[in-house]
Amino acid sequence: MDILTWGHSPWGERILAHISWNLFWASLFAGIVFFVAHASYMVLSAHRKRSAAETDALEIEHRDLPPQIVRHSLAARLFHWVMAGAMFVLLFTAFLPVAGIKFPWVTWHWMAGLVLAGSILFHIIHASVWLDFWSIWVGPKDIPEFRAEILRELGHDVPGPKPGKYPLGNRLYHMAIVLAGLAVVISGITMMVRVRTPFFTRNPYLLRDTTWGLVYVTHGLAGVALVGLVIAHVYFAVRPEKWWITKSMLLGWITRRQYLEHHDPHRWAVESIAAKAEAQRSGQ
Amino acid sequence: MAVIHDVMPSFGLYQPASVADALNLLDRHGRDAWILAGGLDSFDWLKDRIKRPKAVVDLSGISELQGIRESGDGLEIGAMTTLTEVVRHPAVRERYSLLLEAAEHAASPQIRNQGTIGGNVSQDTRCWYYRTGWFCYRAGGNICYADTPTAMNREHAILGADRCVAVNPSDTAPALIALDASMVVRSKSGERVVPAEEYFIGPGTDITRMTILQPGDLLTAIRIPGTWGGARFYFEKVRDRNVWDFALVSVASAMSDNGETIERVRIAVNGVAARPLRLRAVEDAVRGKARSEETAKLAGDLAIQGALPLQHNAYKVPLMRNLVKRAIRGAEGA
Ligand SMILES: Cc1cc2nc3c(=O)[nH]c(=O)nc-3n(C[C@H](O)[C@H](O)[C@H](O)COP(=O)(O)OP(=O)(O)OC[C@H]3O[C@@H](n4cnc5c(N)ncnc54)[C@H](O)[C@@H]3O)c2cc1C
Repeated sequence: MDILTWGHSPWGERILAHISWNLFWASLFAGIVFFVAHASYMVLSAHRKRSAAETDALEIEHRDLPPQIVRHSLAARLFHWVMAGAMFVLLFTAFLPVAGIKFPWVTWHWMAGLVLAGSILFHIIHASVWLDFWSIWVGPKDIPEFRAEILRELGHDVPGPKPGKYPLGNRLYHMAIVLAGLAVVISGITMMVRVRTPFFTRNPYLLRDTTWGLVYVTHGLAGVALVGLVIAHVYFAVRPEKWWITKSMLLGWITRRQYLEHHDPHRWAVESIAAKAEAQRSGQ
Repeated sequence: MAVIHDVMPSFGLYQPASVADALNLLDRHGRDAWILAGGLDSFDWLKDRIKRPKAVVDLSGISELQGIRESGDGLEIGAMTTLTEVVRHPAVRERYSLLLEAAEHAASPQIRNQGTIGGNVSQDTRCWYYRTGWFCYRAGGNICYADTPTAMNREHAILGADRCVAVNPSDTAPALIALDASMVVRSKSGERVVPAEEYFIGPGTDITRMTILQPGDLLTAIRIPGTWGGARFYFEKVRDRNVWDFALVSVASAMSDNGETIERVRIAVNGVAARPLRLRAVEDAVRGKARSEETAKLAGDLAIQGALPLQHNAYKVPLMRNLVKRAIRGAEGA
């Protein structure tokens, strides 16, 4: 199977052109295999969930928490859905023609690309200034949680840490999306210099042929990676046991019970009703 | 880069005697097959080793694809009918002189004796960067060498460019669009009849093809309906020399009027985009108006809306505007 497509420069040098579209089919296939395998596993597995009694006890202990707990601010939700819309337009305009559905796609593609780039920029600023920036990242400190989550998936009742604001799976996914998303946006904006847009003076000779080849390959690799990643994301968003997360991306909040059932209150501290009222009083 | 070779490269030559056999061969060889009609475009590609098909399917032995037949109130022209046969056919002369004019303006008498109408509408672009083997978008690469700051692009597109700025070279194509012709395309999976206007595609839709034909497809015939038979026609082609040369810009129109106002009109241009363009906005604007200088001016100005010239082809903008004006006023007013 070809992975890359090669061509030649006017001087006869062998140059990289772009990825082989076989990789698109491979990514699509991998995404579908993943969701079939995971769905089968979830049906057959002994996945360990926190018991109702355990959650009941936690609810009694934390009854001073508000009944609805904000998980995503309006700005964060808007970013998510704008980015999701742009991502779907990008993927469909990029890959429907590859799959044989031909239409003039380029203008739609770069316009959606600019929306994506703008929304990512907004997100970086918003997350750096207004959100707990580090709560979404993964690092060596997460190894115990990773171990505990794997053991729970395998049916063991282990005491290890529960997730903070974002479950480990979310954070790993975010990491992959950051890498693929930044690669696709940076290479895509560079590629816009080669097409007619109102933003740049076209200059196909801005980079050397070999460098352009790398830019196109980066864009293609990140693009096909996003196919698999988006399939996985949509799959999890529609899984019944994850609806509470999907719903929170629409409404912005989760219930107190969901908070206690799925999160570690020490790692994601939520202000109690009394503390909030006190803060408001002292703020007045 | 392209080296002009005198000899043919080796390939399997297949000479089917029926459309069914040709379709089987095209199906069997898929992307490795090349359809050979008159060979006037094909032989360049093959001899220059730019396209390297494994199997060449020569249509010259298929009698079903040859000749012009009356069909309903119109005509059906077999894809392998030569341009000379089209020009000489009495029904074409009598009712569809627009096609006669267009076919007669193509190339030279020798080329028209050999070149077929199916090949003429299916021929590839004449962009020399692409034809000499530069690895451009159309050849599967990621650059248009004709649209760079130093490119030679006097003959290239002013409209509808999407990364690639090549133009369609066919003279019969705009005439067939103006006549509301349909293309009969067959493959192993069946037959489809496509309006001429939709037969041609631009780079936005598929940057590596000029027509909707996919591997396995064969254009078998072109049907011209009676709708425009005997209408008022106009064809004009501007080229550098009056023989051989491809159009810099060409215009074809079919019109019916009541002596004063334009009742029905279809107008198409070629040489300005990667596919012949039907000027629907112009048609809508002039319908119901007098065939006057004023209407012609309106049509010309409307036609060039959105034109974006390259370094060396700005002349195509006024040229196209004037040809469209003349198409509306007619030969006598031109
Ligand atoms: C010097 C020169 C000057 C010319 N000037 C002009 C001009 O001014 N105006 C103009 O309009 N043309 C011009 N031509 C083009 C010429 O008129 C031929 O019509 C054209 O090259 C193709 O016709 P052909 O029958 O030789 O087809 P070929 O060269 O055999 O085929 C052309 C292409 O069409 C495909 N094809 C052919 N028939 C079919 C079919 N039935 N179904 C599917 N695919 C098919 C082939 O695979 C190939 O890709 C010129 C050509 C030359 C060499």
